[in-house]
Amino acid sequence: MLLIDLSEYVNVTSPAAAPAALAQAQRQPPKPPPPVGTRAPAAQLVIAQTDQLDPPGTRVVVSRSFADFTSQATFDIKKCDVHRLEEGPPLKAELTREQGLQYYRVMQTVRRMELKADQLYKQKIIRGFCHLYDGQEACAVGIEAAINPSDHLITAYRAHGYTYTRGIAVKEILAELTGRRGGVAKGKGGSMHMYAPHFYGGNGIVGAQVPLGAGIALACQYQGNNQVCVALYGDGAANQGQLFESFNMAALWKLPCIFTCENNQYGMGTSVERASASTDYYKRGDFIPGIRVDGMDVLCVREAFKFAAEHCRSGKGPIVIELKTYRYHGHSMSDPGVSYRTREEIQEVRSKSDPITMLKERMLSNNMASVEEFKEIDIAIRKEVEEAAQYATSDPEPPLEELCNHIFSNDSPLEVRGTNPWARLKSVS
Amino acid sequence: MAAAARFFIRGAPFKLPVSGVGTGAQSSFEATLLKLSPNSNSRTKTQRRHAAHFTFQPDPVPTQYGPTQKMNLFQSVTSALDNTLASDPTAVIFGEDVAFGGVFRCTVGLRDKYGKDRVFNTPLCEQGIVGFGIGAAVAGATAIAEIQFADYIYPAFDQIVNEAAKYRYRSGNLFDCGNLTIRAPWGCVGHGSLYHSQSPEAFFAHCPGIKVVIPRSPVQAKGLLLACIADQNPCIFFEPKILYRAAVEQVPVEPYTIPLSQAEILQEGSDVTLVAWGTQIHVMREVANMAQEKLGVSCELIDLQTILPWDTETVCKSVVKTGRLLISHEAPITGGFAAEISSTVQEECFLNLEAPIKDDQLLNPRQGPSSGSPGLHHLSFSSSFIQSVERGQEKTLC
Repeated sequence: MLLIDLSEYVNVTSPAAAPAALAQAQRQPPKPPPPVGTRAPAAQLVIAQTDQLDPPGTRVVVSRSFADFTSQATFDIKKCDVHRLEEGPPLKAELTREQGLQYYRVMQTVRRMELKADQLYKQKIIRGFCHLYDGQEACAVGIEAAINPSDHLITAYRAHGYTYTRGIAVKEILAELTGRRGGVAKGKGGSMHMYAPHFYGGNGIVGAQVPLGAGIALACQYQGNNQVCVALYGDGAANQGQLFESFNMAALWKLPCIFTCENNQYGMGTSVERASASTDYYKRGDFIPGIRVDGMDVLCVREAFKFAAEHCRSGKGPIVIELKTYRYHGHSMSDPGVSYRTREEIQEVRSKSDPITMLKERMLSNNMASVEEFKEIDIAIRKEVEEAAQYATSDPEPPLEELCNHIFSNDSPLEVRGTNPWARLKSVS
Repeated sequence: MAAAARFFIRGAPFKLPVSGVGTGAQSSFEATLLKLSPNSNSRTKTQRRHAAHFTFQPDPVPTQYGPTQKMNLFQSVTSALDNTLASDPTAVIFGEDVAFGGVFRCTVGLRDKYGKDRVFNTPLCEQGIVGFGIGAAVAGATAIAEIQFADYIYPAFDQIVNEAAKYRYRSGNLFDCGNLTIRAPWGCVGHGSLYHSQSPEAFFAHCPGIKVVIPRSPVQAKGLLLACIADQNPCIFFEPKILYRAAVEQVPVEPYTIPLSQAEILQEGSDVTLVAWGTQIHVMREVANMAQEKLGVSCELIDLQTILPWDTETVCKSVVKTGRLLISHEAPITGGFAAEISSTVQEECFLNLEAPIKDDQLLNPRQGPSSGSPGLHHLSFSSSFIQSVERGQEKTLC
């Protein structure tokens, strides 16, 4: 349904103006900018508001200025299944232009960083284990958008995305992957062990991080600082006993813990149906309320976590969130990822539900940004990741003197025995 | 090996003060430590990193068990499991991802051959796997549980130590889970870092009621695994993961067993006894050869094979003969199994010892987890160890 562009004489300050111009109008520079947001493909756009337009009669001919863009739009988001809740997160999400570009930037950075890690691994510059996060970016970005930097987060080994959203630079992440001293864990942790302020890693053993997350939530409650803890785990870990122990403790003591299952449909090579008696991971908390969220839609994730954080902060106790998401790569770099699922399936998700594409299309079709802008952001990110890779490849490895540091916390250096009894190694901490 | 020899020739002095090393010596040693192989500068960093710290040495082809076939370690495990499933209708194999063949291909083809009710996947729950295995074993099935990496065995530690090990004792022999065998990939592999490299045999050695077995080669693996399965006690069978592909031997296709709790003397000698197990045997073989060539020292090499209950007689007899003992393993030194061997031997053979017993450790140059940095891994391998063993022998010899 297309309404040809309204003339510039329309009073743009009238609220709730009817959706107006052609969806393609924004791509034709000579046309006057649409005074109100365009009608987007069905089920997405409801209301659009614009900032002040040029006074009637003026036209922008040469280039788009930021004033041409819609500064804020509201989108319909998928309704979440809920468990033991009267109502779930809202069905509409507001997105400002700045937020949209920010989310895009962060998601795209995570995507490019993971692809660069893939490349470096294949060149054998990164070794050991490497579990990539591409496809799941909306989860990390949505969560970070909903919580505060002072809130806490802990996850399993697919942690590069969260390390970035929690504030660590790309170059430190890549340097940690290559095991250099500029890495976030000084080159001693590797892919699975990255940390940041209020980000507790990066944990290798499946499910072990969830009781930790409950403990962090207890600390928040005890200190009365109104913070919450997001404890993430996967669909494979959802069958670990220690999770249920954590659920019980959190519910018993009403801990402000958001247990989050990133359900990417496969636990290594096992599909969820073959591993779990119940694949309704949001209900697994039983006595704990739960929400199932579309993890490929960054707005959906954000709204759900805003809801959950509010739930926890108001003292109602823990909540379980299941993020239905997907990973494009295999479980790790040694898994091609196609022996337990078809390439067609991966392609289908990429084309229909890619989180970055979805956000970009939403913004473009609502005239919140231009194609050129996105391209510029892409170029800048590529450059940043390239430089980071350069740094990660050229930075020196940690020196031998640091090999034994931080085993214990000790005042004076601790003597450590090693393979060579005459080389007494020292541990400083 | 060649790298080690070259390092040796480079001129590490033969005699070192025993009582400790001054900073000068230490720093010069560390400097030499960094240049492990003289031509390392000419090779690229990545090439250097890929060198294993040993060469696998196959045993002579066994003739007493019938026709043999070329197999590597994981294939010999598959063969053992195949024999078991064929001969024992109650045998079942379960664990994470065993159905498609396992992450190390140890169970390839078994599900197709024997059916999905005998070879099946479990969800991701080690405690559950072992507990379930104990129950199945008590009820009469031959249960063979796989833990995907030995590093993940700790959630099951309670089940193994408190339930499996003590079942027979606490029920006055009314019940037992002797039909249970737990298999797990074990030991360093070069890029495993903290959670894919551990050697937890020492934790289990502290627990009466279970048996802990570690093979050094495909022929040993099949025989020892079949012995564990047949044994009427719960057994933990650690398979050195670095040998899965690297170790290739002619392995008998028919089932056969190698007795548990019997250490094997691989090489007779008169000057010093070397004790090791698993991958380390191959390092020690090279060490023994080097010692013979360079120092004229004749080493007696013993493969312990069964960690618990271990063969005290063979080791003590050997020490009585040679008067010196050096034990080597991958796990951290403090509380490692070498400490138990040391303690027993000094008690039994005190008057025969010519020098203190040396515990040596291969992988971790510190008493801590292996670091994530591949560079640090490399520095801690191979030649430095062999060189240290040489010095160890000098120390025990002088």
